[in-house]
Amino acid sequence: MNLKLKIWRQKDATDTGKIVDYNISDVSSDMSFLEMLDVLNTQLIEKGDDPVSFDHDCREGICGSCSLQINGQPHGPDGGTTTCQLHMRKFKDQQTIVIEPFRAKAFPIIKDLIIDRSAFDRIQQAGGYVSVNTSGNTQDANTTPINKVDADHAFDAAACIGCAACVAACKNSSAMLFVSAKVSQYALLPQGQIERQQRVQDMVAQMDEEGFGACTNTGACEAECPKGISLTNIARMNREYIGANLKS
Amino acid sequence: MSLSALFLISFLLLHVAINFLSVISKDMYNEASHFMGYNPIIQFVMQPILISGVIFHFVLGFVLEFQNKSARPVPYVMKNSAANSSWISRNMLYSGLVILAFLGVHFYDFWIHEINYKYLTDQVPNEARYFSELVEKFKDPLRVGFYVLSFVLLMLHLLHGFQSAFQSLGVNNKFSPIIKKAAMTFSYVVPLAFIFIALYHHFTHY
Repeated sequence: MNLKLKIWRQKDATDTGKIVDYNISDVSSDMSFLEMLDVLNTQLIEKGDDPVSFDHDCREGICGSCSLQINGQPHGPDGGTTTCQLHMRKFKDQQTIVIEPFRAKAFPIIKDLIIDRSAFDRIQQAGGYVSVNTSGNTQDANTTPINKVDADHAFDAAACIGCAACVAACKNSSAMLFVSAKVSQYALLPQGQIERQQRVQDMVAQMDEEGFGACTNTGACEAECPKGISLTNIARMNREYIGANLKS
Repeated sequence: MSLSALFLISFLLLHVAINFLSVISKDMYNEASHFMGYNPIIQFVMQPILISGVIFHFVLGFVLEFQNKSARPVPYVMKNSAANSSWISRNMLYSGLVILAFLGVHFYDFWIHEINYKYLTDQVPNEARYFSELVEKFKDPLRVGFYVLSFVLLMLHLLHGFQSAFQSLGVNNKFSPIIKKAAMTFSYVVPLAFIFIALYHHFTHY
């Protein structure tokens, strides 16, 4: 298939950036979206042009690196997938595809389609951990009985890969779905009880400090999340946060 | 936002109940309105709380909207928001602005009129005046049209806002489907009741 690509090009964080048009031909419908960009970059390099910079790593939907806004949707039009899992068969011959970076004040653009998502790392560092004795006599996790329902919910929350599609989809650039998934996966498990109150307070404080917007419950984050993280996590985090503030 | 929203929603229920009395019985409406207008607890305790709640809800709403807009200083070239969220959930500001404009007219029509009647011109309490004053307000078809439009937008505002308030307060459990249905029913029934009352008086009396 032949496609017209409109790609956001930006030299660095200080550049204003602009959309640049590219035509690409003979794209196989079996290609992944990133493979299509690889082909484009090969053509650009052969012509002596600067290739389009974009993030990628595992290319199997588990690392959360690929983060492209495709035709106005994070990770493109296919539900429940990351950009690397998106295939060109989801597009039509002669279609125009607009490719942009995920946009938020908290995610400055490094170059072209690559954004700096270290704000997520700082939120995780603020409280997304458990106190575990790793001195050599670590207790086997299976010796601690855990309710099956809680374990399942914690596992569902832990499926978050931190790709930031939730922030990209939200009209407020809110990171509530990401933060709530991280808060939930620990709040539901016995290992996470020690720092439970402090965790939610610290992670929410860091989230606010990074400049993310507030949640207005549009549900866009849940709809676009490639891992199906549920809005129930945001409600749980709100409960945790209200409870922690009432107790402290 | 959610606490002030739930407070204002509870007031809406009381308001529509009293207004509906005007359809059932002129005397009952006059009696209820007179009670609301002259009871000192309602006038000097509940009314200031209500006005504070309205101001708090709107001011906080605008502040949050401004903060949320500033969280994405560079907009997307292409957006497909319809693919992941409802129009009304993304545009609560605009439905809120129309409701605010309506509240301005409403305060001018009723609240300022009441203050003028009771405290400035110091007129003698007249329990029989309320029904005729209400009916008079629904005479102008343009005003009735604006009234209907405002309540349609209130309906849309409530359809997202009511159930959203529970989510913000952390209520998302096995009762959530029932809460959502109840909130949706309220969001349709109460604004439609207000619209019905306006149209009933407009077409019955003019």
